[in-house]
Amino acid sequence: MNRLPIQYAPAFDPSSSDNLRINEALMTDWLVAFLQDEIVRRRKMTKAVVGVSGGVDSALVAFLLARALGAENVYGIRMPYRSSSQDSLDHASLVVQATGINIQTIEITGAVDGYLNLAPDADGRRRGNVMARARMIILFDQSQKLGCIPVGTGNKTERLFGYFTWHADDSPPVNPLGDLYKTQVWALSRYIGVPSVIIDKPASADLIVGQTDETDFGITYEKADRVLYYLLKGFSESRLVEMGFPAAEVKLVKRRLDTTHWKRHLPTVAMLSNTSINDYYLRPVDY
Amino acid sequence: MKYEVAVAQIKPQKGATAYNLDRIGEIFAQLEADSPETSVLALPETVLSGYFLEGGVRDVARSAEQLFADLLAVYRQNVKRLDAVLDICLGFYELFEGKYYNSALYATLTASDDFLAPSIAHIHRKFFLPTYGVFDEKRFVSRGRTIEAFPTRFGRVAMLICEDVWHSISATLAALKGAMVVYVLSASPGREFSGRHIGNIAQWNVLLPGVAEEHNVWVVYAGLVGFEGGKGFTGSSQVVDPWGNSLIQASMSDEAIIRATIDMDDVAIARANSPLLADLEATLGDITLQLQQIAQSPHQK
Repeated sequence: MNRLPIQYAPAFDPSSSDNLRINEALMTDWLVAFLQDEIVRRRKMTKAVVGVSGGVDSALVAFLLARALGAENVYGIRMPYRSSSQDSLDHASLVVQATGINIQTIEITGAVDGYLNLAPDADGRRRGNVMARARMIILFDQSQKLGCIPVGTGNKTERLFGYFTWHADDSPPVNPLGDLYKTQVWALSRYIGVPSVIIDKPASADLIVGQTDETDFGITYEKADRVLYYLLKGFSESRLVEMGFPAAEVKLVKRRLDTTHWKRHLPTVAMLSNTSINDYYLRPVDY
Repeated sequence: MKYEVAVAQIKPQKGATAYNLDRIGEIFAQLEADSPETSVLALPETVLSGYFLEGGVRDVARSAEQLFADLLAVYRQNVKRLDAVLDICLGFYELFEGKYYNSALYATLTASDDFLAPSIAHIHRKFFLPTYGVFDEKRFVSRGRTIEAFPTRFGRVAMLICEDVWHSISATLAALKGAMVVYVLSASPGREFSGRHIGNIAQWNVLLPGVAEEHNVWVVYAGLVGFEGGKGFTGSSQVVDPWGNSLIQASMSDEAIIRATIDMDDVAIARANSPLLADLEATLGDITLQLQQIAQSPHQK
């Protein structure tokens, strides 16, 4: 028998992040154009403020803003609480040095403790939320003072996990990173020149001493992003397990996703008429 | 016969028809100054208002006659040469007989009635309305019912709008009805950044040469640019010859005008070597029978 060679398509590899790869140069150009269009063309503004935490998300946004508006038009605000790590402050300084943006440090300790002294029983979550909301008050106020716009830094993974304080981290009106998974934020940051010490350190909201995102999640960003990628495409949990993803990881990610839809929406309004805003009366944000 | 075509991709101001008409007037003036030999100007889908309007469609929609009158007035304000003539092809939200449409107008503008009477040649109403993901057209506009080819000063042409072209049947109908040039007007939001080009541009770069090569027609593509609420349109306006070669392509994000010479004789040359359209015409009877069978029993037993 004349046997023909049989060529098999490669088996699916659940440990591969190939589907999350991005063309960094193309995406950088696109995000710079986005910032220019949304800030300058649409809103007729020339400057922006961004909270620079020392983490990779805000570092990347600072780099993108510097390209889009010119470093002299970007105002980075460091907003440490007394328990914030020195590393966070130092890494924020590295971003300023690398980009040339303006920098200002505004302590939130007085504002936060002013309230928390009245709420001594507040647990870590409540304290973290107060800090995040205090930072947002400052960011918006600084933007008002400077006549410019606050720019957000939340990434897609934390948005999908609901890992942010509602109406705080998510509230700036323009956000270039909201459709980028965390692993893609890392890739783009490497491309654009964010100092490696910032990219390589464990991601942390730095609201509680020693806190890291991945410990809070119970899964690494790399693993979570691979699962999220397929869940958002419409693959079922059982299909993902069949493809080789560990069942416990799929379940964890799906639960995070399913319990946080509300955080990705505006407040629920009782509909009473057939002109209900955003149900019947529909106008886009830039109309 | 040869003629000069220009494609202008601009960032319209959202919902500001008068402002956007003025921008088109500036383009008329620039073409008259820089390249008065231009015969046809193509502009993208919804260029007078921006694309994502939701309920705002009803605020900006206008009749084709009203648009034609406005374009003619703007043309005559900006072009004073008495024998000046320009065909224009552009996208707009239309109010027609009590319904709203995502439409394309093809008209001939003249600087003077004495030289040539201005006229509307055709209105195409978008046939395939995307209503999925980021798109929600069926909620706000009605669907066009026909795809036509129509006569112009430069031969028979057709217009298609964005998703129309993502269904190969649309360009096939246009070619079968005699179109030798297909104008494709689009507002295509960029998404997927993993490859050499943004995902939807990569797809257009397959679709447009595919249409041109299969039917041996010229394809003139006008793509909107600029961001609307975070969604950026990918421009990349281009002119493709009847062999499927893209002769020129604009940037994915900047306003620009591209120019090319269209030689209508190329259509016959290309078809003589690759008579796919004639082969299709010869089998239309069988294809029609098949289509009727499918339409009469849409669900397989």
